[in-house]
Amino acid sequence: MIFKTIVKEDLKKLFNVHLKDVECVGPKQVATSNDGKAVYQFLPFESFDEINLNHEKTEYSAKTYFLPFRETLSTFNFKNGDWDQEIKYRKQQRVLVGLHPCDINALVKLDKVFAKDLFPSPYYRSRRENTFVIGIDCDKPCTDGFCASVGADVVTHGFDLFLRDIGDKYFVKVGSDRGLNVLNKISPTDISPEERKSYRKKTKEFLAGFKNTIRVENLPNTLDIEFESPVWKKWGDKCLSCGSCAMVCPTCYCYGVSEQISMDFKKSEKVKQLYSCNLLDFAMVAGAHNFRPARETRLKYRYYHQHRGFVESFGEPKCVGCNRCGRACLANINPVDVISDLQMEL
Amino acid sequence: MEYLGIKPNKPKVAVFDFSGCEGCELQLVNKEDTLIDFLSAIDLRGWREASSVINDDYDIALIEGSITRDDEIKRLEKIRSHAKVLVALGSCACFGGVNQMKNVFDLKKANQEVYGDKPKETAKVKAVKDVVKVDLEIPGCPISKAEVESIIRHLAWGMPFSYPVYPVCVECKQRFTTCMFEKGLMCLGPITMAGCNAPCPAGGLGCWGCRGPAKDPNYESFFAIARERGFSTAEVNERLNFFGGFQEVNAK
Repeated sequence: MIFKTIVKEDLKKLFNVHLKDVECVGPKQVATSNDGKAVYQFLPFESFDEINLNHEKTEYSAKTYFLPFRETLSTFNFKNGDWDQEIKYRKQQRVLVGLHPCDINALVKLDKVFAKDLFPSPYYRSRRENTFVIGIDCDKPCTDGFCASVGADVVTHGFDLFLRDIGDKYFVKVGSDRGLNVLNKISPTDISPEERKSYRKKTKEFLAGFKNTIRVENLPNTLDIEFESPVWKKWGDKCLSCGSCAMVCPTCYCYGVSEQISMDFKKSEKVKQLYSCNLLDFAMVAGAHNFRPARETRLKYRYYHQHRGFVESFGEPKCVGCNRCGRACLANINPVDVISDLQMEL
Repeated sequence: MEYLGIKPNKPKVAVFDFSGCEGCELQLVNKEDTLIDFLSAIDLRGWREASSVINDDYDIALIEGSITRDDEIKRLEKIRSHAKVLVALGSCACFGGVNQMKNVFDLKKANQEVYGDKPKETAKVKAVKDVVKVDLEIPGCPISKAEVESIIRHLAWGMPFSYPVYPVCVECKQRFTTCMFEKGLMCLGPITMAGCNAPCPAGGLGCWGCRGPAKDPNYESFFAIARERGFSTAEVNERLNFFGGFQEVNAK
Protein backbone atom coordinates (compact mmCIF):
# COMPACT_ATOMS: atom_id res chain seq x y z
CA MET A 1 0.00 0.00 0.00
CA ILE A 2 1.22 3.48 -0.89
CA PHE A 3 0.60 6.26 1.65
CA LYS A 4 0.64 9.96 0.82
CA THR A 5 -0.60 13.18 2.30
CA ILE A 6 -2.37 16.05 0.58
CA VAL A 7 -3.28 19.51 1.78
CA LYS A 8 -7.04 19.83 2.17
CA GLU A 9 -7.41 22.63 -0.33
CA ASP A 10 -5.91 20.35 -2.99
CA LEU A 11 -8.76 17.86 -2.65
CA LYS A 12 -11.15 20.64 -3.59
CA LYS A 13 -8.91 21.44 -6.54
CA LEU A 14 -8.98 17.79 -7.57
CA PHE A 15 -12.75 17.94 -7.95
CA ASN A 16 -13.23 21.47 -9.18
CA VAL A 17 -10.43 21.35 -11.74
CA HIS A 18 -9.27 17.85 -12.60
CA LEU A 19 -12.54 15.94 -12.24
CA LYS A 20 -14.89 18.63 -13.43
CA ASP A 21 -15.90 16.72 -16.56
CA VAL A 22 -16.74 13.51 -14.73
CA GLU A 23 -19.94 12.83 -12.81
CA CYS A 24 -19.05 13.24 -9.13
CA VAL A 25 -21.24 11.99 -6.32
CA GLY A 26 -20.84 12.82 -2.65
CA PRO A 27 -22.65 13.39 0.67
CA LYS A 28 -25.01 16.32 0.21
CA GLN A 29 -27.40 17.66 2.82
CA VAL A 30 -31.00 17.14 1.64
CA ALA A 31 -33.06 17.93 4.73
CA THR A 32 -33.02 18.65 8.43
CA SER A 33 -34.61 16.10 10.70
CA ASN A 34 -37.17 16.93 13.34
CA ASP A 35 -34.46 16.93 16.01
CA GLY A 36 -32.32 19.39 14.08
CA LYS A 37 -29.81 16.99 12.53
CA ALA A 38 -28.65 17.34 8.96
CA VAL A 39 -29.80 14.54 6.65
CA TYR A 40 -27.27 13.54 3.99
CA GLN A 41 -27.55 11.51 0.81
CA PHE A 42 -24.98 10.51 -1.82
CA LEU A 43 -25.94 12.79 -4.71
CA PRO A 44 -24.26 14.22 -7.81
CA PHE A 45 -22.55 17.56 -7.25
CA GLU A 46 -21.05 20.25 -9.49
CA SER A 47 -18.80 22.00 -7.01
CA PHE A 48 -16.91 20.51 -4.07
CA ASP A 49 -18.53 23.09 -1.76
CA GLU A 50 -21.89 21.34 -2.17
CA ILE A 51 -20.75 18.28 -0.24
CA ASN A 52 -19.65 17.73 3.33
CA LEU A 53 -17.01 15.10 4.01
CA ASN A 54 -17.59 15.54 7.75
CA HIS A 55 -21.06 14.05 7.40
CA GLU A 56 -21.87 11.53 10.10
CA LYS A 57 -23.64 9.00 7.88
CA THR A 58 -25.83 9.20 4.81
CA GLU A 59 -29.51 8.33 5.06
CA TYR A 60 -29.24 5.93 2.10
CA SER A 61 -26.20 3.85 1.30
CA ALA A 62 -24.11 4.23 -1.84
CA LYS A 63 -25.50 0.86 -3.01
CA THR A 64 -27.79 2.56 -5.47
CA TYR A 65 -24.85 3.50 -7.72
CA PHE A 66 -24.05 -0.20 -8.13
CA LEU A 67 -27.39 -1.89 -7.61
CA PRO A 68 -30.04 0.67 -8.57
CA PHE A 69 -33.52 0.13 -7.18
CA ARG A 70 -34.75 -0.32 -10.74
CA GLU A 71 -32.66 -1.40 -13.67
CA THR A 72 -33.62 -2.47 -17.18
CA LEU A 73 -31.79 -5.73 -17.82
CA SER A 74 -32.76 -6.05 -21.44
CA THR A 75 -35.10 -4.60 -24.00
CA PHE A 76 -36.93 -6.70 -26.58
CA ASN A 77 -38.13 -5.15 -29.83
CA PHE A 78 -40.84 -7.01 -31.71
CA LYS A 79 -40.95 -6.65 -35.46
CA ASN A 80 -42.14 -8.69 -38.42
CA GLY A 81 -43.16 -11.60 -36.24
CA ASP A 82 -39.67 -11.77 -34.77
CA TRP A 83 -37.82 -10.00 -32.00
CA ASP A 84 -34.38 -8.73 -31.11
CA GLN A 85 -32.80 -8.19 -27.75
CA GLU A 86 -30.83 -5.19 -26.61
CA ILE A 87 -28.65 -5.14 -23.50
CA LYS A 88 -26.98 -2.03 -22.15
CA TYR A 89 -24.45 -1.87 -19.35
CA ARG A 90 -23.74 1.39 -17.63
CA LYS A 91 -20.21 2.35 -18.64
CA GLN A 92 -20.04 6.07 -17.92
CA GLN A 93 -17.32 7.01 -15.48
CA ARG A 94 -18.34 8.20 -12.07
CA VAL A 95 -16.48 9.35 -8.99
CA LEU A 96 -17.98 8.48 -5.65
CA VAL A 97 -16.51 10.38 -2.71
CA GLY A 98 -17.14 10.36 1.04
CA LEU A 99 -17.75 6.66 1.60
CA HIS A 100 -17.12 5.55 5.14
CA PRO A 101 -15.56 2.20 6.12
CA CYS A 102 -19.04 0.63 6.39
CA ASP A 103 -19.87 1.75 2.85
CA ILE A 104 -16.65 0.43 1.37
CA ASN A 105 -16.82 -2.85 3.25
CA ALA A 106 -20.36 -3.17 1.92
CA LEU A 107 -18.99 -2.85 -1.62
CA VAL A 108 -16.36 -5.48 -0.86
CA LYS A 109 -19.16 -7.82 0.23
CA LEU A 110 -21.24 -7.02 -2.85
CA ASP A 111 -18.12 -7.72 -4.96
CA LYS A 112 -18.02 -11.21 -3.48
CA VAL A 113 -21.60 -11.83 -4.56
CA PHE A 114 -21.76 -10.00 -7.89
CA ALA A 115 -18.18 -9.84 -9.18
CA LYS A 116 -16.28 -12.77 -7.77
CA ASP A 117 -18.83 -15.52 -7.22
CA LEU A 118 -19.74 -18.29 -9.64
CA PHE A 119 -22.07 -16.13 -11.71
CA PRO A 120 -20.71 -12.59 -11.90
CA SER A 121 -23.21 -9.92 -12.85
CA PRO A 122 -22.04 -7.89 -15.84
CA TYR A 123 -24.44 -5.12 -14.81
CA TYR A 124 -22.77 -4.80 -11.42
CA ARG A 125 -19.23 -5.25 -12.69
CA SER A 126 -19.60 -2.59 -15.33
CA ARG A 127 -20.79 -0.07 -12.75
CA ARG A 128 -18.20 -1.09 -10.20
CA GLU A 129 -15.24 -0.98 -12.58
CA ASN A 130 -16.27 2.39 -13.93
CA THR A 131 -16.70 3.96 -10.51
CA PHE A 132 -13.74 5.61 -8.86
CA VAL A 133 -14.17 5.30 -5.10
CA ILE A 134 -12.72 7.82 -2.65
CA GLY A 135 -13.44 6.85 0.93
CA ILE A 136 -12.87 8.69 4.16
CA ASP A 137 -12.42 7.39 7.69
CA CYS A 138 -14.88 8.46 10.35
CA ASP A 139 -13.46 10.95 12.81
CA LYS A 140 -15.22 9.13 15.61
CA PRO A 141 -17.72 6.26 15.69
CA CYS A 142 -21.25 7.38 14.85
CA THR A 143 -23.75 7.31 17.69
CA ASP A 144 -25.47 4.07 16.69
CA GLY A 145 -23.02 2.25 14.44
CA PHE A 146 -21.58 -1.10 15.47
CA CYS A 147 -19.27 -1.66 12.50
CA ALA A 148 -16.44 -2.66 14.85
CA SER A 149 -18.50 -5.66 16.00
CA VAL A 150 -18.79 -7.02 12.47
CA GLY A 151 -15.26 -6.20 11.36
CA ALA A 152 -16.32 -3.36 9.08
CA ASP A 153 -14.69 -0.47 10.96
CA VAL A 154 -11.43 -0.84 9.08
CA VAL A 155 -10.89 -0.89 5.33
CA THR A 156 -7.97 -2.54 3.62
CA HIS A 157 -9.18 -2.68 0.01
CA GLY A 158 -12.15 -1.99 -2.22
CA PHE A 159 -11.34 1.69 -2.86
CA ASP A 160 -9.14 3.78 -5.13
CA LEU A 161 -8.24 6.38 -2.52
CA PHE A 162 -8.99 6.43 1.18
CA LEU A 163 -8.59 9.53 3.32
CA ARG A 164 -8.21 10.30 6.98
CA ASP A 165 -8.42 13.81 8.29
CA ILE A 166 -5.22 14.46 10.29
CA GLY A 167 -5.75 18.15 10.96
CA ASP A 168 -4.57 20.42 8.18
CA LYS A 169 -4.01 17.54 5.78
CA TYR A 170 -5.55 14.34 4.55
CA PHE A 171 -3.60 11.15 5.02
CA VAL A 172 -4.25 9.11 1.87
CA LYS A 173 -4.16 5.37 1.35
CA VAL A 174 -3.77 4.55 -2.34
CA GLY A 175 -5.73 1.45 -3.26
CA SER A 176 -5.20 1.20 -7.02
CA ASP A 177 -3.04 2.30 -9.98
CA ARG A 178 -5.70 4.63 -11.20
CA GLY A 179 -5.94 6.00 -7.66
CA LEU A 180 -2.28 6.95 -7.77
CA ASN A 181 -2.64 8.48 -11.23
CA VAL A 182 -5.50 10.68 -10.08
CA LEU A 183 -3.74 11.60 -6.86
CA ASN A 184 -0.62 12.62 -8.77
CA LYS A 185 -2.60 15.40 -10.44
CA ILE A 186 -2.53 17.35 -7.16
CA SER A 187 1.10 16.69 -6.18
CA PRO A 188 0.81 14.58 -3.03
CA THR A 189 3.73 14.45 -0.64
CA ASP A 190 5.36 11.44 0.95
CA ILE A 191 4.35 10.92 4.55
CA SER A 192 6.57 12.25 7.31
CA PRO A 193 7.18 10.26 10.52
CA GLU A 194 4.96 12.77 12.37
CA GLU A 195 2.15 12.31 9.90
CA ARG A 196 2.40 8.55 10.24
CA LYS A 197 2.20 8.91 13.99
CA SER A 198 -0.68 11.33 13.80
CA TYR A 199 -2.58 8.96 11.47
CA ARG A 200 -2.05 5.96 13.72
CA LYS A 201 -3.01 7.93 16.81
CA LYS A 202 -6.24 9.12 15.19
CA THR A 203 -7.03 5.61 14.02
CA LYS A 204 -6.39 4.21 17.48
CA GLU A 205 -8.66 6.79 19.08
CA PHE A 206 -11.38 5.98 16.56
CA LEU A 207 -11.16 2.24 17.15
CA ALA A 208 -11.25 2.74 20.92
CA GLY A 209 -14.31 4.95 20.76
CA PHE A 210 -17.00 2.36 20.06
CA LYS A 211 -19.84 2.14 22.54
CA ASN A 212 -22.21 -0.12 20.64
CA THR A 213 -20.84 -3.61 20.59
CA ILE A 214 -22.34 -7.01 20.01
CA ARG A 215 -20.47 -10.27 19.70
CA VAL A 216 -21.19 -12.05 16.46
CA GLU A 217 -18.61 -14.87 16.36
CA ASN A 218 -21.04 -17.41 17.73
CA LEU A 219 -24.13 -15.81 16.22
CA PRO A 220 -24.65 -18.39 13.42
CA ASN A 221 -24.86 -21.09 16.10
CA THR A 222 -27.10 -19.00 18.33
CA LEU A 223 -29.41 -18.33 15.41
CA ASP A 224 -29.63 -22.03 14.65
CA ILE A 225 -30.45 -22.92 18.24
CA GLU A 226 -32.90 -20.04 18.69
CA PHE A 227 -34.95 -20.68 15.56
CA GLU A 228 -38.11 -20.98 17.66
CA SER A 229 -37.23 -18.21 20.12
CA PRO A 230 -40.09 -15.95 21.31
CA VAL A 231 -37.73 -13.05 20.55
CA TRP A 232 -38.76 -13.31 16.89
CA LYS A 233 -42.41 -12.80 17.72
CA LYS A 234 -41.60 -9.90 20.04
CA TRP A 235 -39.81 -8.00 17.25
CA GLY A 236 -41.96 -9.41 14.45
CA ASP A 237 -45.07 -7.95 16.07
CA LYS A 238 -43.54 -4.51 15.71
CA CYS A 239 -42.47 -4.98 12.09
CA LEU A 240 -44.45 -2.93 9.55
CA SER A 241 -43.24 -5.17 6.71
CA CYS A 242 -42.43 -1.97 4.84
CA GLY A 243 -39.03 -3.02 3.52
CA SER A 244 -37.35 0.24 4.55
CA CYS A 245 -34.52 -1.67 6.26
CA ALA A 246 -33.54 -3.50 3.10
CA MET A 247 -33.89 -0.39 0.95
CA VAL A 248 -31.40 1.64 3.00
CA CYS A 249 -29.11 -1.35 3.71
CA PRO A 250 -25.77 -1.08 1.91
CA THR A 251 -25.65 -4.84 1.28
CA CYS A 252 -29.25 -6.03 0.83
CA TYR A 253 -29.39 -7.11 -2.79
CA CYS A 254 -32.46 -9.35 -3.18
CA TYR A 255 -34.54 -8.50 -6.21
CA GLY A 256 -37.45 -9.46 -8.38
CA VAL A 257 -37.63 -9.41 -12.18
CA SER A 258 -40.69 -8.54 -14.21
CA GLU A 259 -41.48 -8.11 -17.89
CA GLN A 260 -43.09 -4.87 -18.87
CA ILE A 261 -44.59 -4.41 -22.28
CA SER A 262 -45.04 -0.99 -23.85
CA MET A 263 -48.51 0.39 -24.53
CA ASP A 264 -47.97 0.09 -28.31
CA PHE A 265 -47.08 -3.61 -27.79
CA LYS A 266 -43.90 -3.19 -29.84
CA LYS A 267 -41.36 -3.31 -27.06
CA SER A 268 -40.86 -5.17 -23.84
CA GLU A 269 -38.44 -4.63 -20.99
CA LYS A 270 -37.10 -7.05 -18.44
CA VAL A 271 -36.89 -4.93 -15.32
CA LYS A 272 -35.10 -5.75 -12.12
CA GLN A 273 -36.43 -4.22 -8.91
CA LEU A 274 -34.71 -4.50 -5.55
CA TYR A 275 -37.07 -6.15 -3.10
CA SER A 276 -37.09 -6.89 0.61
CA CYS A 277 -37.47 -10.18 2.42
CA ASN A 278 -39.78 -8.41 4.88
CA LEU A 279 -42.41 -7.70 2.23
CA LEU A 280 -45.44 -9.94 2.43
CA ASP A 281 -45.05 -11.74 -0.88
CA PHE A 282 -41.28 -12.21 -0.83
CA ALA A 283 -41.61 -15.98 -0.48
CA MET A 284 -44.82 -16.31 -2.48
CA VAL A 285 -44.55 -18.96 -5.17
CA ALA A 286 -46.64 -20.18 -8.09
CA GLY A 287 -50.07 -21.25 -6.93
CA ALA A 288 -50.00 -18.36 -4.43
CA HIS A 289 -48.45 -20.42 -1.65
CA ASN A 290 -46.55 -18.19 0.74
CA PHE A 291 -43.69 -19.84 2.58
CA ARG A 292 -43.39 -16.90 4.99
CA PRO A 293 -46.83 -15.46 5.66
CA ALA A 294 -45.96 -14.27 9.19
CA ARG A 295 -44.11 -11.02 9.85
CA GLU A 296 -41.92 -12.60 12.48
CA THR A 297 -40.78 -15.30 10.05
CA ARG A 298 -39.84 -12.76 7.42
CA LEU A 299 -37.98 -10.61 9.95
CA LYS A 300 -36.18 -13.67 11.27
CA TYR A 301 -35.00 -14.70 7.83
CA ARG A 302 -33.60 -11.23 7.23
CA TYR A 303 -31.39 -11.75 10.28
CA TYR A 304 -30.57 -15.26 9.13
CA HIS A 305 -29.30 -14.01 5.79
CA GLN A 306 -27.30 -11.22 7.39
CA HIS A 307 -25.69 -13.27 10.13
CA ARG A 308 -25.94 -16.92 9.19
CA GLY A 309 -26.50 -17.65 5.49
CA PHE A 310 -23.93 -15.14 4.32
CA VAL A 311 -21.40 -16.42 6.86
CA GLU A 312 -21.89 -19.91 5.48
CA SER A 313 -21.23 -18.72 1.93
CA PHE A 314 -18.54 -16.13 2.48
CA GLY A 315 -17.14 -16.62 5.99
CA GLU A 316 -18.32 -13.26 7.30
CA PRO A 317 -21.62 -11.55 8.13
CA LYS A 318 -23.37 -9.58 5.41
CA CYS A 319 -24.10 -6.79 7.88
CA VAL A 320 -21.58 -3.91 8.06
CA GLY A 321 -22.98 -2.46 11.27
CA CYS A 322 -24.02 0.95 9.94
CA ASN A 323 -27.46 0.71 11.58
CA ARG A 324 -29.11 2.49 8.67
CA CYS A 325 -31.84 -0.14 8.98
CA GLY A 326 -32.30 0.74 12.64
CA ARG A 327 -32.55 4.44 11.82
CA ALA A 328 -34.98 3.89 8.97
CA CYS A 329 -37.20 1.58 11.03
CA LEU A 330 -40.15 3.48 12.46
CA ALA A 331 -40.73 0.58 14.86
CA ASN A 332 -37.15 0.91 16.12
CA ILE A 333 -36.17 -2.62 15.19
CA ASN A 334 -32.38 -2.51 15.14
CA PRO A 335 -29.70 -5.22 14.98
CA VAL A 336 -28.01 -4.38 18.29
CA ASP A 337 -31.24 -4.76 20.27
CA VAL A 338 -32.55 -7.78 18.36
CA ILE A 339 -29.26 -9.67 18.56
CA SER A 340 -28.66 -8.75 22.21
CA ASP A 341 -32.18 -9.93 22.99
CA LEU A 342 -31.52 -13.21 21.27
CA GLN A 343 -28.21 -13.72 23.02
CA MET A 344 -29.79 -13.07 26.40
CA GLU A 345 -32.56 -15.57 25.71
CA LEU A 346 -31.59 -18.12 28.33
CA MET B 1 -50.70 -6.74 -34.62
CA GLU B 2 -50.31 -10.46 -34.27
CA TYR B 3 -47.61 -12.36 -32.46
CA LEU B 4 -46.88 -16.10 -32.68
CA GLY B 5 -50.29 -16.51 -34.28
CA ILE B 6 -52.05 -14.88 -31.36
CA LYS B 7 -54.19 -11.83 -31.92
CA PRO B 8 -54.81 -9.36 -29.12
CA ASN B 9 -58.26 -8.67 -27.82
CA LYS B 10 -59.51 -5.18 -28.36
CA PRO B 11 -61.66 -4.69 -25.28
CA LYS B 12 -64.82 -2.64 -25.74
CA VAL B 13 -64.47 0.02 -23.07
CA ALA B 14 -66.83 2.68 -21.81
CA VAL B 15 -66.17 5.24 -19.08
CA PHE B 16 -68.93 6.59 -16.84
CA ASP B 17 -68.83 9.37 -14.30
CA PHE B 18 -70.85 9.59 -11.12
CA SER B 19 -70.33 11.90 -8.11
CA GLY B 20 -66.73 13.02 -8.23
CA CYS B 21 -64.44 15.63 -9.69
CA GLU B 22 -63.78 13.72 -12.92
CA GLY B 23 -60.09 14.04 -12.14
CA CYS B 24 -59.54 10.34 -12.64
CA GLU B 25 -61.01 10.54 -16.12
CA LEU B 26 -58.74 13.47 -16.75
CA GLN B 27 -55.83 11.28 -15.70
CA LEU B 28 -56.84 8.86 -18.44
CA VAL B 29 -56.33 11.52 -21.09
CA ASN B 30 -53.34 13.07 -19.33
CA LYS B 31 -50.49 10.74 -20.21
CA GLU B 32 -50.02 12.15 -23.69
CA ASP B 33 -46.94 10.16 -24.65
CA THR B 34 -48.92 6.92 -24.72
CA LEU B 35 -52.43 8.30 -25.23
CA ILE B 36 -52.67 7.35 -28.90
CA ASP B 37 -51.40 3.83 -28.16
CA PHE B 38 -53.80 3.54 -25.24
CA LEU B 39 -56.77 4.58 -27.37
CA SER B 40 -55.63 2.24 -30.17
CA ALA B 41 -55.54 -0.70 -27.79
CA ILE B 42 -59.17 -0.30 -26.83
CA ASP B 43 -62.44 -0.08 -28.70
CA LEU B 44 -63.95 3.01 -27.15
CA ARG B 45 -67.70 2.82 -26.65
CA GLY B 46 -68.39 5.87 -24.55
CA TRP B 47 -66.35 8.42 -22.67
CA ARG B 48 -67.64 11.96 -22.61
CA GLU B 49 -64.31 13.51 -21.67
CA ALA B 50 -62.58 12.10 -24.73
CA SER B 51 -65.10 11.14 -27.37
CA SER B 52 -68.61 11.78 -28.71
CA VAL B 53 -69.21 8.04 -29.19
CA ILE B 54 -72.11 6.65 -27.17
CA ASN B 55 -72.84 2.95 -27.42
CA ASP B 56 -74.44 0.48 -25.04
CA ASP B 57 -72.42 -2.43 -26.38
CA TYR B 58 -69.36 -2.59 -24.12
CA ASP B 59 -67.48 -5.26 -22.22
CA ILE B 60 -65.55 -3.14 -19.73
CA ALA B 61 -67.21 -0.35 -17.78
CA LEU B 62 -64.92 2.02 -15.91
CA ILE B 63 -66.92 3.72 -13.18
CA GLU B 64 -65.68 6.97 -11.75
CA GLY B 65 -67.16 8.70 -8.70
CA SER B 66 -69.22 7.69 -5.69
CA ILE B 67 -72.96 7.06 -5.59
CA THR B 68 -74.98 9.76 -3.87
CA ARG B 69 -78.46 9.77 -5.43
CA ASP B 70 -81.19 7.27 -6.24
CA ASP B 71 -81.02 7.96 -9.98
CA GLU B 72 -77.32 7.13 -9.84
CA ILE B 73 -78.15 3.74 -8.36
CA LYS B 74 -80.53 3.01 -11.24
CA ARG B 75 -78.00 4.15 -13.83
CA LEU B 76 -75.25 2.08 -12.22
CA GLU B 77 -77.42 -1.04 -12.14
CA LYS B 78 -78.14 -0.62 -15.83
CA ILE B 79 -74.43 -0.31 -16.62
CA ARG B 80 -73.77 -3.42 -14.56
CA SER B 81 -76.27 -5.37 -16.61
CA HIS B 82 -74.46 -4.40 -19.84
CA ALA B 83 -70.89 -4.83 -18.68
CA LYS B 84 -68.96 -8.08 -18.52
CA VAL B 85 -66.36 -6.48 -16.29
CA LEU B 86 -67.10 -3.52 -14.06
CA VAL B 87 -64.15 -1.54 -12.76
CA ALA B 88 -64.30 0.99 -9.92
CA LEU B 89 -61.98 3.78 -10.98
CA GLY B 90 -60.45 5.98 -8.28
CA SER B 91 -60.92 6.38 -4.55
CA CYS B 92 -64.48 7.77 -4.83
CA ALA B 93 -65.67 4.72 -6.74
CA CYS B 94 -63.67 2.30 -4.59
CA PHE B 95 -64.29 3.70 -1.11
CA GLY B 96 -66.62 6.69 -1.42
CA GLY B 97 -63.56 8.95 -1.45
CA VAL B 98 -63.53 12.46 -0.06
CA ASN B 99 -67.32 12.59 -0.57
CA GLN B 100 -68.00 9.98 2.10
CA MET B 101 -66.85 12.42 4.80
CA LYS B 102 -70.37 13.81 4.44
CA ASN B 103 -71.73 10.62 5.98
CA VAL B 104 -70.76 11.56 9.52
CA PHE B 105 -72.90 14.71 9.35
CA ASP B 106 -76.63 15.16 9.43
CA LEU B 107 -77.67 15.01 5.76
CA LYS B 108 -80.03 17.97 5.98
CA LYS B 109 -77.41 20.16 7.62
CA ALA B 110 -74.80 19.12 5.09
CA ASN B 111 -77.18 19.92 2.26
CA GLN B 112 -77.93 23.33 3.72
CA GLU B 113 -74.24 24.08 4.29
CA VAL B 114 -73.47 23.50 0.62
CA TYR B 115 -76.62 24.54 -1.19
CA GLY B 116 -78.14 27.03 1.26
CA ASP B 117 -81.86 27.51 0.67
CA LYS B 118 -81.75 25.61 -2.64
CA PRO B 119 -81.35 22.04 -1.39
CA LYS B 120 -80.50 19.23 -3.82
CA GLU B 121 -81.41 15.60 -3.63
CA THR B 122 -78.66 13.77 -1.80
CA ALA B 123 -78.23 10.51 0.05
CA LYS B 124 -75.49 8.89 2.11
CA VAL B 125 -72.41 8.39 -0.04
CA LYS B 126 -71.80 4.85 -1.22
CA ALA B 127 -68.88 3.18 -2.89
CA VAL B 128 -69.70 1.40 -6.16
CA LYS B 129 -69.31 -1.98 -4.49
CA ASP B 130 -72.06 -1.06 -2.02
CA VAL B 131 -74.50 -0.91 -4.94
CA VAL B 132 -73.39 -3.46 -7.55
CA LYS B 133 -70.80 -6.21 -7.89
CA VAL B 134 -67.37 -4.80 -8.67
CA ASP B 135 -64.85 -6.98 -10.54
CA LEU B 136 -61.79 -4.83 -10.15
CA GLU B 137 -60.85 -1.76 -8.12
CA ILE B 138 -58.29 0.81 -9.23
CA PRO B 139 -57.89 3.04 -6.18
CA GLY B 140 -56.10 6.38 -5.97
CA CYS B 141 -56.90 10.06 -5.88
CA PRO B 142 -56.33 10.43 -8.69
CA ILE B 143 -55.70 7.03 -10.24
CA SER B 144 -52.35 6.16 -11.75
CA LYS B 145 -52.69 5.98 -15.51
CA ALA B 146 -49.80 3.53 -15.65
CA GLU B 147 -51.87 1.12 -13.60
CA VAL B 148 -54.86 1.48 -15.93
CA GLU B 149 -52.57 0.87 -18.88
CA SER B 150 -51.24 -2.32 -17.35
CA ILE B 151 -54.82 -3.51 -16.87
CA ILE B 152 -55.61 -2.77 -20.52
CA ARG B 153 -52.47 -4.71 -21.52
CA HIS B 154 -53.71 -7.53 -19.36
CA LEU B 155 -57.07 -7.50 -21.12
CA ALA B 156 -55.54 -7.20 -24.60
CA TRP B 157 -52.73 -9.74 -24.40
CA GLY B 158 -53.25 -11.55 -21.13
CA MET B 159 -50.11 -9.96 -19.67
CA PRO B 160 -49.92 -10.70 -15.95
CA PHE B 161 -51.28 -7.93 -13.81
CA SER B 162 -51.06 -7.45 -10.07
CA TYR B 163 -51.03 -4.67 -7.51
CA PRO B 164 -48.11 -4.28 -5.14
CA VAL B 165 -48.92 -5.88 -1.78
CA TYR B 166 -46.36 -3.74 -0.01
CA PRO B 167 -46.85 -0.28 1.50
CA VAL B 168 -45.88 3.13 0.10
CA CYS B 169 -42.61 3.15 2.14
CA VAL B 170 -40.93 0.96 -0.48
CA GLU B 171 -41.62 3.54 -3.18
CA CYS B 172 -40.52 6.45 -0.98
CA LYS B 173 -37.26 4.68 -0.29
CA GLN B 174 -36.79 3.81 -3.95
CA ARG B 175 -37.02 7.48 -4.86
CA PHE B 176 -34.84 8.59 -1.93
CA THR B 177 -37.52 10.54 -0.12
CA THR B 178 -36.63 11.42 3.46
CA CYS B 179 -39.20 9.83 5.77
CA MET B 180 -42.07 12.13 6.67
CA PHE B 181 -41.94 10.94 10.28
CA GLU B 182 -38.26 11.92 10.34
CA LYS B 183 -39.42 15.43 9.46
CA GLY B 184 -42.08 15.32 12.17
CA LEU B 185 -45.01 14.85 9.80
CA MET B 186 -47.87 12.37 9.94
CA CYS B 187 -47.92 9.80 7.13
CA LEU B 188 -50.09 6.77 6.33
CA GLY B 189 -47.40 5.41 4.02
CA PRO B 190 -46.52 2.40 6.21
CA ILE B 191 -50.06 0.98 5.94
CA THR B 192 -51.16 2.23 2.52
CA MET B 193 -50.91 0.18 -0.67
CA ALA B 194 -48.07 1.27 -2.96
CA GLY B 195 -48.40 1.64 -6.71
CA CYS B 196 -48.70 5.42 -6.85
CA ASN B 197 -44.91 5.89 -6.78
CA ALA B 198 -45.26 7.98 -3.62
CA PRO B 199 -45.64 11.46 -5.14
CA CYS B 200 -47.10 13.09 -1.99
CA PRO B 201 -44.19 12.42 0.39
CA ALA B 202 -41.77 13.39 -2.40
CA GLY B 203 -43.60 16.72 -2.50
CA GLY B 204 -43.36 17.11 1.27
CA LEU B 205 -46.87 15.93 2.17
CA GLY B 206 -47.38 12.82 4.28
CA CYS B 207 -49.50 10.06 2.73
CA TRP B 208 -53.29 10.41 3.18
CA GLY B 209 -54.02 6.82 2.22
CA CYS B 210 -55.98 7.42 -1.00
CA ARG B 211 -55.18 3.92 -2.24
CA GLY B 212 -56.48 2.19 0.86
CA PRO B 213 -54.65 -0.42 2.90
CA ALA B 214 -51.64 -2.45 1.79
CA LYS B 215 -52.07 -6.18 2.20
CA ASP B 216 -51.93 -7.32 5.82
CA PRO B 217 -50.93 -3.95 7.28
CA ASN B 218 -49.62 -3.87 10.84
CA TYR B 219 -52.14 -1.41 12.27
CA GLU B 220 -51.26 -2.05 15.89
CA SER B 221 -47.60 -1.24 15.41
CA PHE B 222 -48.44 1.74 13.21
CA PHE B 223 -50.78 3.24 15.81
CA ALA B 224 -48.16 2.75 18.51
CA ILE B 225 -45.58 4.55 16.35
CA ALA B 226 -47.95 7.45 15.65
CA ARG B 227 -48.73 7.74 19.37
CA GLU B 228 -45.05 7.66 20.37
CA ARG B 229 -44.37 10.42 17.90
CA GLY B 230 -46.99 12.62 19.45
CA PHE B 231 -49.90 12.27 17.02
CA SER B 232 -53.29 12.11 18.69
CA THR B 233 -55.85 9.41 18.02
CA ALA B 234 -58.10 12.06 16.49
CA GLU B 235 -55.36 13.09 14.06
CA VAL B 236 -54.75 9.52 12.99
CA ASN B 237 -58.44 8.78 12.59
CA GLU B 238 -59.00 11.93 10.58
CA ARG B 239 -56.42 10.68 8.11
CA LEU B 240 -57.79 7.18 8.04
CA ASN B 241 -61.29 8.49 7.34
CA PHE B 242 -60.30 11.02 4.72
CA PHE B 243 -60.68 8.87 1.60
CA GLY B 244 -62.69 6.09 3.19
CA GLY B 245 -60.24 3.35 2.32
CA PHE B 246 -59.57 2.38 5.92
CA GLN B 247 -63.09 1.64 7.09
CA GLU B 248 -61.86 -1.68 8.46
CA VAL B 249 -59.93 0.05 11.21
CA ASN B 250 -59.71 3.02 13.55
CA ALA B 251 -57.01 4.01 16.03
CA LYS B 252 -57.98 3.69 19.68
